[in-house]
Amino acid sequence: MALERTGIIISGLETPAPARRRGRRVLHLIRQNPLGFFGLAIVLLFGFVAIFGTVVAPSDARAISAGGFQESPSLDHFLGTDHLGRDMFSRVIIGSRISLTVGFLSVIFGTLVGTAIGIFSGYVGGSVDNFIQRTVDTAIAFPALLLLLILTAVMGPSMRTIIIAVGIAIIPGVARVVRGAVLSERNNQYVEAARALGASTLRILVFHITPNVGALSIVIMTTLLGTAILAEASLAFLGLGIPSSVTWGQDVNDARSTFPFHFWQAFAPGAAITLTVLGFNLLGDALRDIFDPRLRGRL
Amino acid sequence: MGRYIVRRLLQAVVILFTLSIVVFILLRVAPGANPALVRCGLNCPKERLAALEEEMGLNGPLFPVSFSADAPIVDFHSDSQYGNWAQSLFDGSLGKDWNDNPVGAELQRRLPVTLELLIITTLLTVVVGVPFGIISAVARNSPADYLVRFSSVLALAIPNFWLGTLVLLIPQDQWGYAPPITTAVSFFDSPWDNLRQYVPPAAVLAAVSAASIMRLTRSSMLEVMRQDYIRTARSKGLREQRIIGRHAMKNALIPVATVLGLQVAGLFGGAIIVESIFNLPGVGIYTLGALLQKQYQVAQTLTLYIGAIVVLLNLFVDVMYAWLDPRIRYS
Repeated sequence: MALERTGIIISGLETPAPARRRGRRVLHLIRQNPLGFFGLAIVLLFGFVAIFGTVVAPSDARAISAGGFQESPSLDHFLGTDHLGRDMFSRVIIGSRISLTVGFLSVIFGTLVGTAIGIFSGYVGGSVDNFIQRTVDTAIAFPALLLLLILTAVMGPSMRTIIIAVGIAIIPGVARVVRGAVLSERNNQYVEAARALGASTLRILVFHITPNVGALSIVIMTTLLGTAILAEASLAFLGLGIPSSVTWGQDVNDARSTFPFHFWQAFAPGAAITLTVLGFNLLGDALRDIFDPRLRGRL
Repeated sequence: MGRYIVRRLLQAVVILFTLSIVVFILLRVAPGANPALVRCGLNCPKERLAALEEEMGLNGPLFPVSFSADAPIVDFHSDSQYGNWAQSLFDGSLGKDWNDNPVGAELQRRLPVTLELLIITTLLTVVVGVPFGIISAVARNSPADYLVRFSSVLALAIPNFWLGTLVLLIPQDQWGYAPPITTAVSFFDSPWDNLRQYVPPAAVLAAVSAASIMRLTRSSMLEVMRQDYIRTARSKGLREQRIIGRHAMKNALIPVATVLGLQVAGLFGGAIIVESIFNLPGVGIYTLGALLQKQYQVAQTLTLYIGAIVVLLNLFVDVMYAWLDPRIRYS
C-alpha cells in the first residue's frame, strides 16, 4: 500500500513485515488506536451510505408527504419527518452525498495547490518565501466563512463553485504546514547526499522532498475533510448552498425557519454532520500518530 | 523592535491596498450586481434605470488611472468609482448603500453588538478553556483528562450553526422560552436582559474556541512540565501547586495567548452565523445581508474593515509574543 510505504520511509524504523505477520500488525494498530479505528468505521459507514444511498434509503428523500408533518421519530420514520412531511432518515442518507463529494474534491484541490505552494515557498526561501508567508498569515487569520461567502456570492452558488471556494479556503493552512515540513526536510542528510550525487533542484523537490512531505499531506487531508464538510454545511445553512439539492446544512436551516419549531427536524442532519466530522478528525489524529513517530504514543 | 513594527505596518498598508483592489474587482464581476436596478425595482423603465445609474455614479470610470492603446496612454480621472470609495474610507462615511445611507453610521450602530458578543465569547473561552486544559495536563490519563479530551474532540466536530439552532429550538419547543430577540438592549440600561440576549450566542461560539484552547493549553502544559527547570523546582522541594501555578503556567500560556489573539479575528465568521440565528443586529448579519443582496458597496467596505482588523491583530500578536517571551527577537 502506498500509505504504508511512505510511512516506512518517514519513520525509518519499520521493516516490511512478512505476509503472515501483517494481519497481526493490523490488529496491533487497531488496539493502539481504538479511536482512530472508530473514526475509520464512521467514515466507511457514511461512504457506503453515500454510494448506495438510493438503495438504502427507505423512501424518496424528496417525496413530499412521505409521512405526516413534523413527526417525531417512530418505527415508520426513524428520524421523524420535516415540515413538508419528507422522511428525515432518507434525507440524512442522501445528504451524505453532497457533503462527502464536496469534502473530498475540495480537499484534494486545496491540498494539491497548498502543497505545491508550500514546497515551492519552503525550498526557494528568501524574499519570495517571505512574501508568500505574509500573505498566508493574513489569509489564515481572515475569517474563513467570510472568504467563502464572498467567493460563492461572486461565482454564484453551484457544486463547482462551492468546491473551488472551499478548496481555496484551505490552501493557506496547507501551505504553511507543508512549508514547515520542507524546511526541516531540506537539511536532512539524504537531501545533501542527493545533491552531492549531482541531482538538480527540481529532481530533489520532486523525487526526494515531495514523497516525504506527501505522507504529511495525506494526514492533513484527512483532518481537513472535516473542516471542508463543516464549511459546505455552513454555506448551505446560510442559504448559499448548492441549489435544489438535499444537503444537511440546508435541512438544519429549514428547521429553524419553519414554524412551529420542531427540534427533531434539526437534530438528525446536524448529528450526521457532527458524526462525519468526528470520524474524519479521529481518523486524521490516528494517521498522524502512525506516520509521525515523534508523536506516536505521546498523544 | 521599533524598526520591525514600522516595517510590518508598511507591509500592512501594502496588503490592505491589494485587498481593497481585489475585493473591488471581485464584487463587480459578480453576476447581477447592479445597484441601480435594485433601487429602481421590478419592471424598471430603461430611461429611469439609465438616469439612476448616472446619478449613482455607476457609469464613471472604475479606477483613477486607466490605460489605453491610443494617444494619452495613461489617463487620470478625478471622479472614479474606486477613487470615490477610497475617499469615503478616509473621511469616515465609508461609502453608501443602495438607499444612500452612509455605511459608517450603520457600522457605528452595529459595532457595539458584535463587539460585546465577541468579548463575552472570548471571556467564556478563556474561563472554560484554560483551567480545564491545565487540569487535563496535570492529571494526565486520569478520568478527568479523558473527559476533557473527549468533550473537546466532540465540540470541534459540532457545527456551530447546529448548536445555535438547538440552543434556540429546544427551549422553545419544550418550554416555550425564547431569549428576547426584538432589539439590542444596552448592557447599561438593563444588564439582565442584555445578558439573556448575548450569553446564549456567545456560549455557542465559545464551545468551539474553548475546545481548541483546551487542547492547546493541555499540550503546551505537557511540553513545559517536561523541561529541566520544572525538575529543578521539584528537586528544590517546592510544592506541586506552586510549581504549576508559578513556574509552569507562565510559560505554558504564552502560545495560548497568541493563538487566542488570532482566534478573535476568526470568530467573526462564527458571529455571522450566530447573529443570524439569534437575530442580533450586529456587523455579521449586516455583512451577510450585503453579500446575499449583492450590495457590493457595503460588502467591500466591510471586507476591508475586517481585513484591517486581521492584519493589525496579527501584528499585535507577534509583538505581544516577543514581549511575553524575551527569547524571541525579531529583526
